[in-house]
Order: sequence, then C-alpha cells, then structure tokens
Amino acid sequence: MALYRTAEDLLKARLGRRSLVAGAGASAAFATTGLGRTLAQDATPDGDPFRVAFIYIGPVGDLGYTYAHDQGRIALEETVPNVETAFLENIPEVQADAERAVRGYAEEGYDLVIATSFGHGPAVLAVAPQFPDTQFIHISGYQVAENVSTGFGKIEEPRYVTGFVAGSMAETGSIGYVAAFPIPEVLRGINAFTLGAQVANPDVTVQVVWTNTWYDPQVESSAAQSLIDLGVDVIAQHQDTTGPQQVAEAAGKYSIGYNVDMSEQAPDAVLTSAVWNWGAYYIWAAEQIIAGEWSSNQYWGSWADGVVDIAPIADFVPEEIAAEAQAMAEEFASGTRGVTDIFTGPITQQDGSEGVADGASMTDEEILNMTWFVQGVEGSATG
Amino acid sequence: MSDAFTIGFLTSVLAAAMMSGSAILYAALGEVLAERAGVLNLGVEGMMLMGALGGFAMCYWTGSAELGVLGAIVVGGAMAAIHAVLTVSFRANQVVSGLALTIFGGGLSAYLGASLVGKPAPDRFSRIDIPLLGDVPEIGNILFNQNALVYLAYVLVPLLWWFVFRTRPGLNLRAIGENPATADAMGLNIARQRYVYVIVGGGFAGLGGAVISLATNPGWAENVTAGRGWIAVALVIFGTWNPSRVAAGAFLFGAVEAGQFRLQGINVPVSSFFLNMLPYAFTVLVLVFSTMRTRRLRIGQPAALGRAYIREER
Repeated sequence: MALYRTAEDLLKARLGRRSLVAGAGASAAFATTGLGRTLAQDATPDGDPFRVAFIYIGPVGDLGYTYAHDQGRIALEETVPNVETAFLENIPEVQADAERAVRGYAEEGYDLVIATSFGHGPAVLAVAPQFPDTQFIHISGYQVAENVSTGFGKIEEPRYVTGFVAGSMAETGSIGYVAAFPIPEVLRGINAFTLGAQVANPDVTVQVVWTNTWYDPQVESSAAQSLIDLGVDVIAQHQDTTGPQQVAEAAGKYSIGYNVDMSEQAPDAVLTSAVWNWGAYYIWAAEQIIAGEWSSNQYWGSWADGVVDIAPIADFVPEEIAAEAQAMAEEFASGTRGVTDIFTGPITQQDGSEGVADGASMTDEEILNMTWFVQGVEGSATG
Repeated sequence: MSDAFTIGFLTSVLAAAMMSGSAILYAALGEVLAERAGVLNLGVEGMMLMGALGGFAMCYWTGSAELGVLGAIVVGGAMAAIHAVLTVSFRANQVVSGLALTIFGGGLSAYLGASLVGKPAPDRFSRIDIPLLGDVPEIGNILFNQNALVYLAYVLVPLLWWFVFRTRPGLNLRAIGENPATADAMGLNIARQRYVYVIVGGGFAGLGGAVISLATNPGWAENVTAGRGWIAVALVIFGTWNPSRVAAGAFLFGAVEAGQFRLQGINVPVSSFFLNMLPYAFTVLVLVFSTMRTRRLRIGQPAALGRAYIREER
C-alpha cells in the first residue's frame, strides 16, 4: 500500500516540510542564541562522530511505543553519516532514575540526548543547564530551555483515519478503546478517533476504559476482554503493547493497532494501525544540529512531515471502505488537511455542551491541552 | 451498555478473575512451598519471566503448548536452583539472593528472548468448555469454560493443601520451616529438603509465567509479567502460607483486576485510580495484621523463615 513508507522514503519525501508549534514564545526567544554553532564544529561528517543517546521508558522489545522509537534510532544511524547512537531501556518516570541516565550520557559527552517519555521531563530540565554543549530533546514534553527542545507528532491525524475504518467495520456501532491515562495526549487521540468514526457512522459509540498503566500486557488484555464481553465490535487502544490486539484476535473481533503495524501479532483482527515514524524527526533534528541550524524549539510534526502514518489497511476490509480511507489519508499526507481541520466545529462535548462552535477551530494550544471528551465517547475523561 | 449489575455481569467478572488470577496463583503456590521450608525467595518475578520465556520458546520450537508448560517448569526450577545453591549451601542472605534473582531473570529473559519478540504463537491454551459441567447455569460459565491451566489449578490447590497439612512429608516441610534444628534432630536432611522445595517452588513460578505467555497473552514481550511476581510474594502473606487461602486471594486479585474494567465499561462513577488501588490496599492491611506478633503465631508465618540453617548453631 502506497501510504506506508519506510524511514528512508520518508526522509527523501518529507524532510523539506516541517512544522514548529506556533505561539511557543520560548522557541522565538532562543532562536537567536546560535547554540548550534559550537556543536557543528565537532560534529562534521568527516570529523568526530555525532553521538546521540536515547532514554527509553520501556523495553525495545515491547513491539509498541519504545520499539517505534528504537526503529527511529536505527533509521537515524543508517541514514545520517557518522552518527553513533546508544540507548538505555526501562528508565522509569522517576526523577532520580531518569536523571542518572540523562546525566550519565551528558557526562560522556553525547551531542544529543533524547528522553522519550513525558515523565522524564524534570530530569532533563534539571541536567541540561549543566551541559550547555549538549542538546536535549524531550519527547511529548511541554517545557523548553536554552538547550532543551520538545518533540511530538500529530498522531491524531492517523487516529482520525483509523477511526473512520473502525467506524465503518463496527457492525453494531460500538467500539472499545483501551486507554492508559486520562491526560491530554490520550484524550485528544480518543476524540480524533471518535470524530473519524462518526464520519462513517454518526451514531457510533466509543467506550473507553482506563488501565492506568502504559505497559502491562495482561492488564491491557483484561481490559480489552471486558470490552468485548460488553459487546464491542472493534478494539482500539492507546497503550504500549499488543495485548488488546491479541484478545481481539482470539475473540474474533476487529482491532486498530497503535505505535507500529500490529498486523503480524493479530493478522485476522487488525484493520490498520496508527503508527509513528520517529526516524523522520530524529534524522531531521540530527542534521539540523550538525549543520549548526538548530535552536531550542517545540516540534509537533504532522502526517505531511512524515512523523506519523497509518499501516497498510488489511485486505479483508471491503474495497470501498479502504479506498475512502486511503483518500482521506492522502489528504493528510499531502498536507491539505491537518489536525486543526479535525478539531473544527461544530463539535459537541460528551455532556451535550458546545465544544467547538460551528466554523471555529481549536488552536494548537487548545488541542494540546484538551481535557474533555466529544459526544459519542462513553467513559470518564478524568479517569 | 449501561445495564448495571446483572447476573451476566457478575459471571463475566468471575470468569475473567479465574483466568487472570491463575498466573499469580501458581507463582504464589510455589512461594508457599519455599517459605514453608524456611526459604524466602524474592526472585519470583525473575523466575516467572524466565518461565514465561522458556514456555513460549519451547512452544515456538516444538509447536506444542503442553511441551511449553514443561519447558516453563524446568526453566523456573533451574532459576530457583541458583537461589537454593546460594542460600542453602552457601547460606547467603536470602533477601539479597532473591532480589538478585529477580534482576537477573529480568535481564536474562530480555536478552535471550530478543529474537522471539513479536513471533506469533504456534499453539496456545484456549478455552475448553467442559461438557455437562459447563452447562450448569452461571457456575458453568465461571468455572468450567476456562483454559487447561486454570483446570490444573483446581486440582493442584486442594492437592497442595492436603500435602502441606495432612501428610507426613507435609508435616516435615512445616517442621523445617518452623524449627530446622529440631527437624534435623529428627533425622531430616534439611539442606536436601530445602533444595527440593525451593526448586519445585521455582517450577511453579515458571508455570505462572507460562500462563501469561501461553494462555492469556500468547507470545513473548519483555517484562511481560509486569510485577506480578511481587504480587505473588505479597499473596503468600495475604494467604497466610496456606494454599487454599492463597488461591482465594489470587482470585480476589483477579476479580478486582477484571472487575474494574467492567465497572468502567458500564460507566459506574468510581474513579479507575481508586479501583486500581484496591488490591494493594488489601495487601497493606493484611501485612499490618500478620506482623502483629500475637496474630502472627496464629496465622502461621514459618518461624525460621529467612534464616539460613547451620547445624549446632544457636
């Protein structure tokens, strides 16, 4: 399927376009500091290697979130010449542990240290001021500093398209969603998914259950099984493993994967997956820093930037549904549609009140800080 | 989907409890044996992980989930043998050795399992509806529409209870944990007995791991047990070193785990964070009770638990 690209294709096709979150005052403030120049001197393709270190929240073998980041690391190493990478797995979101990991790499003289989880933020911000020659990237973070940038992607775009596929395939109009924590990142994903599903079927309901864990295969499975017992047709998820997909497979239900293409783990269940291509971002960031063009920024990459995508749509999905989803996907991939278009009114909140007025759009800031559910979602937005 | 507490709701919670509780149950039963013999083994998490990996690897290579179970038991037992050598023969500190075993098992399983990550399972334990018994209303759905590993627990729990409390070897086992010097004077070989129970306990932990990698989440992913080994250790105290109470505790944990999602699914207005906390709150309560000395005597913590036995030493 044409939409699914390897990291290399992405690099070639997409790197020209990138989006920095507008309205982030901090990025403008630091744009003129010229930090990149000192770095550029010791990181040229023929000089010392450019060394990048990754701090992972889970194991690279989770087949989900951390696996996706590690694929990005591998793409970076393979694509950009003279780059060396290192990583630490299973670094908890505890400041003492995360700080030890971040500081260790900074002390070893790594040029770029990337912490991949929200909870690693305090550690990054504590260590960074002491190592002005090192750049830091905090994935999914919101706070920047002179040498700390944040990076994330608009996974809501592929979630919207996968929601459309799920809504089309849910015979009784009922979809289950296994979700980790009631934080904006997860809430806006559920909303985008639901809005996409409503394109296919306006009466669709998305039942959410919270696991309060990112990584626990058995708990995630148990949550998915509960939803299936309650009668849902499709299981979607925002977790770090393939547990919910396996349950859907065993129960003969459909499923939407997340993070990576999960069709291999549940070939008869997975309709498609909303996937990350972290490589596109990591390659861009490394090249910017090497070229001396980097300054502290808040990156929120879109589908058109190549950071997010959908996996191939299963061949058991009826042709016309797949074609419609592909057309939708192409609009996002080409940049003619974006996350702002998803969150354009009229949108009603879960309790019936107005979420977004007719014709109005949410700002990036509002989308990033979303704390409410759209109508059609069942479950509590506060956990 | 918002019909509240119906019979169907309860049966589905209890049925799921049986399934998700069985992994912890096996691990906890194994720990009961080791602790009854006086050896505290905090390596349950590591043994479970290695068992989960060993079970899945065996199943992957042979195509048989039954052989996988065998592999899990052997691997779990082998891991426990390390603990036995360290604590029984070399009289190392049991806490330190057990913690080391957990860390070692976590790392080793991740390392050895790297090539198996994401491989589809060729075989798994699926639900088997037992004819006749499975048709009994409600009870049949809860108890007799489960996978084979749950059925195995139905047999093993009463068998273990009977062994520990009603047989001569079981009496010896308890004696070794209570007062090894006296048991030694009675002519029991303390070291050999402790070896046996620690290793058999490890086999149980491995079996617990296999429940996850062969039944509930077929396949291998790093750290697939996600801390269940620790819950098993707590359950032993919760169940006061008694196999049948441990079983009740395991299914209570399973019911809370399964029940919370079903409560959320029917939109009962209780915070998911509160429901998540319940099993641990229970554990804390029981720990409080079981450490009060007067109660302890009645509740049955083996008196020599955690202490290496050295003959002739007071």
